[in-house]
Amino acid sequence: MSEKKATRNAYGEALVELGAVNDKIVVLDADLAPSVMTNGFAKQFPERYFNTGIAEANMVDMSAGLSTMGYIPFCSTFAIFGAGRVYEMVRNSVAYPRFNVKLGMTHAGITVGEDGSSHQSIEDIALMRVIPNMTVIVPCDANEAKKATFAAAEMDGPVYLRFARPSSFVFEEDMPFEIGKANVLRDGDDGVIFACGLMVKPAVDAADALKEQGKNISVVNIHTIKPLDKETVLKYATRCKKVLTIEEHSVIGGLGDAVADAIIGHGDFAFRKLGIQDQFGQSGTPAQLLEVYGLSDAQILEAAKEMF
Amino acid sequence: MDIKELKEVCRQVRIDIINEVTEAASGHPGGSLSAVEMLVALYFEVMNIDPKDPQKPDRDRFVLSKGHAAPALYAVLAERGYFDKEELHTLRKLGSKLQGHPDPRKLPGIDAATGSLGQGISIAVGMALGAKLANNGAKVYTMVGDGENQEGMVWEAAMAAAHYKLDNFTVFLDRNNLQISGTNDEVMSLGDVHAKYEAFGFDVIEVEDGNDIEQVLAAIAVPFTPGKPKCIIAHTVKGKGVSFMENSVGWHGTAPKEDQRQAALKELEG
Repeated sequence: MSEKKATRNAYGEALVELGAVNDKIVVLDADLAPSVMTNGFAKQFPERYFNTGIAEANMVDMSAGLSTMGYIPFCSTFAIFGAGRVYEMVRNSVAYPRFNVKLGMTHAGITVGEDGSSHQSIEDIALMRVIPNMTVIVPCDANEAKKATFAAAEMDGPVYLRFARPSSFVFEEDMPFEIGKANVLRDGDDGVIFACGLMVKPAVDAADALKEQGKNISVVNIHTIKPLDKETVLKYATRCKKVLTIEEHSVIGGLGDAVADAIIGHGDFAFRKLGIQDQFGQSGTPAQLLEVYGLSDAQILEAAKEMF
Repeated sequence: MDIKELKEVCRQVRIDIINEVTEAASGHPGGSLSAVEMLVALYFEVMNIDPKDPQKPDRDRFVLSKGHAAPALYAVLAERGYFDKEELHTLRKLGSKLQGHPDPRKLPGIDAATGSLGQGISIAVGMALGAKLANNGAKVYTMVGDGENQEGMVWEAAMAAAHYKLDNFTVFLDRNNLQISGTNDEVMSLGDVHAKYEAFGFDVIEVEDGNDIEQVLAAIAVPFTPGKPKCIIAHTVKGKGVSFMENSVGWHGTAPKEDQRQAALKELEG
């Protein structure tokens, strides 16, 4: 079994590697370096690192300004602030002019844990997905987080990268990563699970468990929520007819809705969205919270059994 | 250009503003007219720019943080040769490069998307920091409205400008004292805004008459203290140059009717 690792840690490592090969990479955070994992970059490239203080709005718009001078800013804070507090700066100053700013936001979802609702972003996918010009990526593990960060640096335009706080499972397979191209992890005809982020692993486990019962369930890792790989989504939904989406996010406006948008009008499907049911989070351990909001491994398996 | 020529440009820009806003039948004439001398000074005398090469890498930058004064900026850019003056007739119309608020993807000479108050100054701080990092000698200017200083983000940006020792960065404060629903003091007093910028780490220069281009140029010419950004508080008249618009709250965001245009042009054309 592979070592566990947080996606935010992989992001921090990727920044250091990028910094070494591209002197246009600059990194900003709002005084959360040890948490958003920008401290490695800060140590290696102090002249290209800016702690903007506890002022997230200014961090985002300074990033917009830096991008116009030919730099590739990665700015980071917690997702609750980076998508929520500064929503309108991201919309008007970054996305509208299509500036080359990368929003590397960590501590997304309820697996933030003990900090509670004020720090648990369960709306950020929805907020970022609705903005034109925005690319939205939710890596499923540390390896994918690294690849996503590299890919974001390569493309021209604003990108929202969603990372999680806790150490999490790392897939052993070397999966390809291309923005907007979903990864099919299990291939079967009896149903399909579309999942993103930390929910990909329990989705795969559920499919493997169901296989022992003779059900062949597809699992598709939707690492890019936008632009969505509509072709793959439609192909698997049409083939499998039963569609389950799983995300560590509100069921409103996130992966589930993106998938629904892609398949609506294309046939009859059984459809269920697993996620946080229009309510706020609370304090607790990540494991406890996943249980409370119906996203534990056992509950995901149960939902898959019911569905398929 | 000599002062007489610059004054003539200012007069022409005011005529353009009145025509633009009247033909658009919407827009913000008051705060456009108050800002004219600062914009003309920058674009015709001060900034290292090339209208034929608007993306010149080491160019100086200007960010109109009070983006609603776009009609003034558009007129200045057109007069300076960034695009055909005919475009001014399209302000705010469907498909126009001259959006209601500045759009860098549509119009040459615009480097930031502004209009949502408080954000332009912060973008400009990022530019000034980038210019320092690139060591390309570019200077960055921005203009905030006085009411705009009510946005908390302005002070985040001001704090950062001083922290990063941006002695290539100048904030113009268009101090016309008015905003949509009244005077600044009636709405939300700025208090001692001079002392505030000073306390945030700026060298602050007051321009007694910000609608006198000689005074504006003199303020810009004051050298930077090494390691300190500059704030030029220009005391201006909202609606300057059109007597019935001057110091009148009602002309913040109201377009003249045809007869009012004619009256305004008569004054400006003398």
